[in-house]
Amino acid sequence: MSAARIRQRLLAAVFAFTMLGAVALAFAVDNTPQFADPVLQARYYGLTHELRCMQCQSEALADSNVGLAADLRMEVHKLIESGKSDVEIRDFMVARYSEFILLRPRMSLRNLWLWAAPGLLLIAGIVVALRVLRRRAQLPISDDEVS
Amino acid sequence: MKRFLLPLGGFALLVVVLLVGLRHAPEREAKFVKSPLLGKPAPQFTLPQLVDPAQTFDSSSLRGGWHLVNIWATWCVTCREEHEVLLQIKQEGRVPIVGLDWKDEDAAAISWLSQLGNPYQVVLADRKGDVAIDFGVYLAPESFLIDPQGIVVEKQYGAMTVEDWRSKFLPHLTAPAKAGA
Repeated sequence: MSAARIRQRLLAAVFAFTMLGAVALAFAVDNTPQFADPVLQARYYGLTHELRCMQCQSEALADSNVGLAADLRMEVHKLIESGKSDVEIRDFMVARYSEFILLRPRMSLRNLWLWAAPGLLLIAGIVVALRVLRRRAQLPISDDEVS
Repeated sequence: MKRFLLPLGGFALLVVVLLVGLRHAPEREAKFVKSPLLGKPAPQFTLPQLVDPAQTFDSSSLRGGWHLVNIWATWCVTCREEHEVLLQIKQEGRVPIVGLDWKDEDAAAISWLSQLGNPYQVVLADRKGDVAIDFGVYLAPESFLIDPQGIVVEKQYGAMTVEDWRSKFLPHLTAPAKAGA
């Protein structure tokens, strides 16, 4: 066997083991039954990744081993099954666990300034840049600027 | 130097914004995420009683008087710490405590109560944890003070302490009911 061939096989083996590990991990955390319908399963996937595990706080429901996270995953499953929309499910969780359960905060009056900040900063930057450029344009060319 | 005024001002503003942000960081308030249930009707439920599962308890029985709903479990270490305080509250006799035994084993819960004493007027078995979810429980023990109209007026995350009981809960019970509150 050539060295290139061996390297290729080794890589394939490493890849296979990594995938196996990933699959095992995925199974270890989420024991909630899967939906047969891929559309519903995708919604379940999305929701459990954007809702916070309240006990672990910086983890999503989908990634947490905590008992309550499993219960809430089951709750999401049941709510999807009963025909609730994503918005209704988010509202259900916020009504019980407060806005804090959303890993992606919704726009509200309280955090509006945060959403607006990048735009405002950009505008401020453009204004400053324009003023500097305009002032520079009016200056006579000095010696040290001519190279 | 005038040319430094603007950047310095910007920096000062940033410092203020970040300081305010740090003060209100969710981590800091982790234990005190304001319960969205405050000021709202307590969730409705029907649960079997722990000691006599044939008997059920409906949340409508909470109407007409003040109640302290306490969520606990034998697997919850902090609940053991809190138990003494609950017994004291029972001793005071200001408000009956309704226990919600959260995802627990009945036998373990019953022996816990016979060993440590029973501060509860009634204990309900929430074996699947559905009612706890409706209460938004995530840090057992948690306690909810519910007024005679069934409105949640105060909430404790984690163990009830004598201090918190006196400063946060008792005033509700001693003050005359506020109109419209």
